[in-house]
Amino acid sequence: MKFSRLYLALVFFILYMPIFYLIYYSFNSGGTMHHFESFTLDWYKEVFDDTRLLIIVLHTMIIALLSSSLATIIGVFGAIAIYYAKHRWKQTLLTLNNILIVSPDVIIGASFLILFTIAGIQLGFTSVLLSHIAFSIPIVVLMVLPKLQEMSPTFIDAARDLGANEWNVFTKVVLPYITPGIFAGFFMALTYSLDDFAVTFFVTGNGFSTLSVEIYSLARQGISLSVNALSTLLFLFTLSLVVVYYVMTQRASVKGGQK
Amino acid sequence: MRRYAYAIPYWLWIGLFVIAPIILIVYYSFFDIEGHFSLVNYETFFTPVYLRMTFNSFWYAFLITAISLVIAYPTAYLLTKTKHKQLWLLLIILPTWVNLLLKAYAFLGLFGTYGAVNVLLETIGIGTKQLLFTDFSFVFVSVYIFIPFMILPIFNALEKLNPSLIDAARDLGASEWTTFRRVIFPLTLDGVKAGCQAVFIPSLSLFMLTRLIAGNRVITLGTAVEQHFLVTQNWGMGATIAVFLMIAMAGIMILTGNKKWGVRQ
Repeated sequence: MKFSRLYLALVFFILYMPIFYLIYYSFNSGGTMHHFESFTLDWYKEVFDDTRLLIIVLHTMIIALLSSSLATIIGVFGAIAIYYAKHRWKQTLLTLNNILIVSPDVIIGASFLILFTIAGIQLGFTSVLLSHIAFSIPIVVLMVLPKLQEMSPTFIDAARDLGANEWNVFTKVVLPYITPGIFAGFFMALTYSLDDFAVTFFVTGNGFSTLSVEIYSLARQGISLSVNALSTLLFLFTLSLVVVYYVMTQRASVKGGQK
Repeated sequence: MRRYAYAIPYWLWIGLFVIAPIILIVYYSFFDIEGHFSLVNYETFFTPVYLRMTFNSFWYAFLITAISLVIAYPTAYLLTKTKHKQLWLLLIILPTWVNLLLKAYAFLGLFGTYGAVNVLLETIGIGTKQLLFTDFSFVFVSVYIFIPFMILPIFNALEKLNPSLIDAARDLGASEWTTFRRVIFPLTLDGVKAGCQAVFIPSLSLFMLTRLIAGNRVITLGTAVEQHFLVTQNWGMGATIAVFLMIAMAGIMILTGNKKWGVRQ
């Protein structure tokens, strides 16, 4: 069993080494990623002094929150529509739904670029927002649909028998039941949006940029330790997002258990 | 029909962002750079330059997928044997939430001439090597980025495996290797297929890695699409390559028989 421990340790080591390597050198006053001179927080100061970068961070957050919220709303209704669809349509709808999940980013980006150009939508905030909504919807659907299928249809029948109208059935029965799926979908959409590079790169145009696109152009210019500082901050942010998500799902499952 | 009214935005999404883009890509592939209708893009695609590029893309994608599988399967297997396996699994997934470009950027430092890897090579006596901008670094970084997506489905498949089947094989006298070959592996094949799909398709179209890590030495179909759309502005040619990528993708989906597309509900 010693060998298996060693193997796993090696996998985890390689998996985390680049991340910690970045974080370690973000405190290097030397300005390179290979020779650690002395401890400094200058690079963090540089990040916080860079107004342009902070605006890009703000844009990225706005895009992520807006797109995942809208995608969640559209996706939830889409999942319900698929749930109620006739059997032979279900498969077609699911296939159409999944196309954007399995498509390579480059194709999504290129085809959306054509779409926005033909539709006369100026490349920038709107096109990026629309693209992010578009590629987040199928993920939300895939997160919500299993919850709907898990739900016993007798709940809905019982509510109807007791005199609930469509709206009441939706808000008082269906919605509470699928809430964990909605949360999961929202968080997935959020991380997809924050993480996306390729699609955004195609539809962003000049003047508007998200963090991923900005990191790409910075990285192409070579090594700059403010990118390291930025990545440390992002890593901590992601970590806190994971913790929030974990706590939320735990709470949701506890609530579900109490019912 | 009234019942479906709430899903109008969803139907619009399917129409505008799923069906329309596919039609547009196919439509654009029939126009040359001047905007005249022609088949010249398809002719160009079947010239040695592009066929070679296609072959290279598939070769690299195959390499990346195969190496990922060879590393991921034992990892997933050993993970199922650990205590607190959910926590370990979370730790495997966590790096996927770190921005892909930052991970690539980290390798610029690690693989650099004076980077940590070269320092290591120097100390064990191999000596400094040019690591960045080589095929090796491209494949390594790609495997690094995709491996969690291979581990995850295999882990899930192994978890679903009924342990009494393994006991039964042992009781009937099968060796460890035979048990693996005849029982464990065939029963987790769905997970392997899902993992291969999740790795192969994106690695066909990587373009940021080829630019950052491989220094344009490796040109994949994805790089070519990006080049045509954003640099040379030859959308027709870009769309043609995209058409072939889509065909390849559909082929892989059929080949790996995707059960996860929900037939089983």
